[in-house]
Amino acid sequence: MAEGGAAVAIVDGLGKALERIPGGGVILTSLDAVLDWSRGHSLWAMPMGTACCAMELIAASFSKFDFDRHGTFPRPDPRHVDVMVVAGTVTRKMAPAIKRLYEQMAEPKWVVAMGNCAVSGGIFYYDSYSVVRGVDEFLPVDVYIAGCPPRPEALQDAILRLREKVATESISEGRRYERRLLLPTPATRHDQETPAAASAAGERDGGEGEVA
Amino acid sequence: MNIEELREHLCATHPDLCPLFSTEFGDGVLGVERGELHDAASDLRDLGFDRLGMVTAVDRGETFELVYRLQSRSMSAGMFLKCEVPRSEPRVRSLTDLWPAADWQERETYDLFGIEFEGHPDLRRILLPPEWEGHPLRKDYTDDRIVPRPDFI
Repeated sequence: MAEGGAAVAIVDGLGKALERIPGGGVILTSLDAVLDWSRGHSLWAMPMGTACCAMELIAASFSKFDFDRHGTFPRPDPRHVDVMVVAGTVTRKMAPAIKRLYEQMAEPKWVVAMGNCAVSGGIFYYDSYSVVRGVDEFLPVDVYIAGCPPRPEALQDAILRLREKVATESISEGRRYERRLLLPTPATRHDQETPAAASAAGERDGGEGEVA
Repeated sequence: MNIEELREHLCATHPDLCPLFSTEFGDGVLGVERGELHDAASDLRDLGFDRLGMVTAVDRGETFELVYRLQSRSMSAGMFLKCEVPRSEPRVRSLTDLWPAADWQERETYDLFGIEFEGHPDLRRILLPPEWEGHPLRKDYTDDRIVPRPDFI
C-alpha cells in the first residue's frame, strides 16, 4: 500500500524527522495545511462509470456544471488521479477490475460511491445473482452519494465534502496508509482479506485509520 | 413481404416446413424438432434469412424453448425459429456454421441456461466468470448470495 513515489518518500522522511525536533509539530501542522489545501483543490477524478450514473458524471464535466472550476478533472488513468468515482452498478465479474484500478492509484487516494447501485446494490439488492451490494465490499469508500441517479450537483457536493475530509489529513506516520474499510463487510469471492484480518489492521493503526 | 406472403413463399419452396409455420405478434414462427433444427435453419438461410439477430432461451420447466431470431434483408421479413430442448439432456446442434453471429449468442445461452451447443467452436462462459457454478437464468437456480425479496415489497 505504501507506494507513492519519491515525493511521498520525501514527505514521509520529513514528517519523521520533524516530529523528533522540539517545535517540529508546529512546522508539521503548517505542512499539513499546505499539503491538504493543495490536495483538496486538485482532486483529479477517475470516472469509473459503469452504468446510468455515468451520464450524470459526464454531465458534471460539461459546461453547465463545470467541474473544472473545482480543480476536478476526469483523468482516465489510475496513476494520474486522487479520487475514484464509482458511478453505476458493479457486477461480481467487474469488481476485480475496479479493485485492480484502485490499487494502481498512488496514495493518498479516496473513493466516492455515486448512486444507489454503488452504495448498496440499489434496485439489484434483491433477487440478484451477479450484482455487488455496494462497492464498500471491496473498496474503502469515503463519500456516499444517494440517488438513482444523483444529479451532478450531488457529485459536486460530494467533492466538497471530500475536500473537508482531506483538510483533516496529516502527514504524520500511520494515518495515511493504514486505512480500513468504513463498514465491517463480509469477505467477497475476490477479496482475499478476511474480516478478521481487516479488524486486525484496524487495531494496528489504533482504530483511527480513517480520518474522522 | 408480409407474413402471408412469407407463408406462401415458404410453402411453395419448402413444403415440409410449411405446417410448422405460425404467426405470433405479427412475426412468423417456425417451431421445429430438435433433430431438425439445423436442417430447417439451413433451409431458411437459403431462403434468404441472411441475418441472425438474436439467440435466447425460455425456461418452461420440463423443457427449454430455444429461440433464434432470423431476419431477411432481401425480403424485409423477420422470423422466430423455435425448438424445444429437454431439460434432462440440454443439447442441440450449433448453428455457428450457418451464421457466425451465433457464436457469442450461443455462448451466452450456454452461460445462462446451460444449453450445450454441439459443434460450437468455443463453448465457454461469456458473461459470468469462468469459475461460476450453475446457470442463473434457470428458474431452479439458487445461490447463497441471493437476497430474496421480502413479501411486503
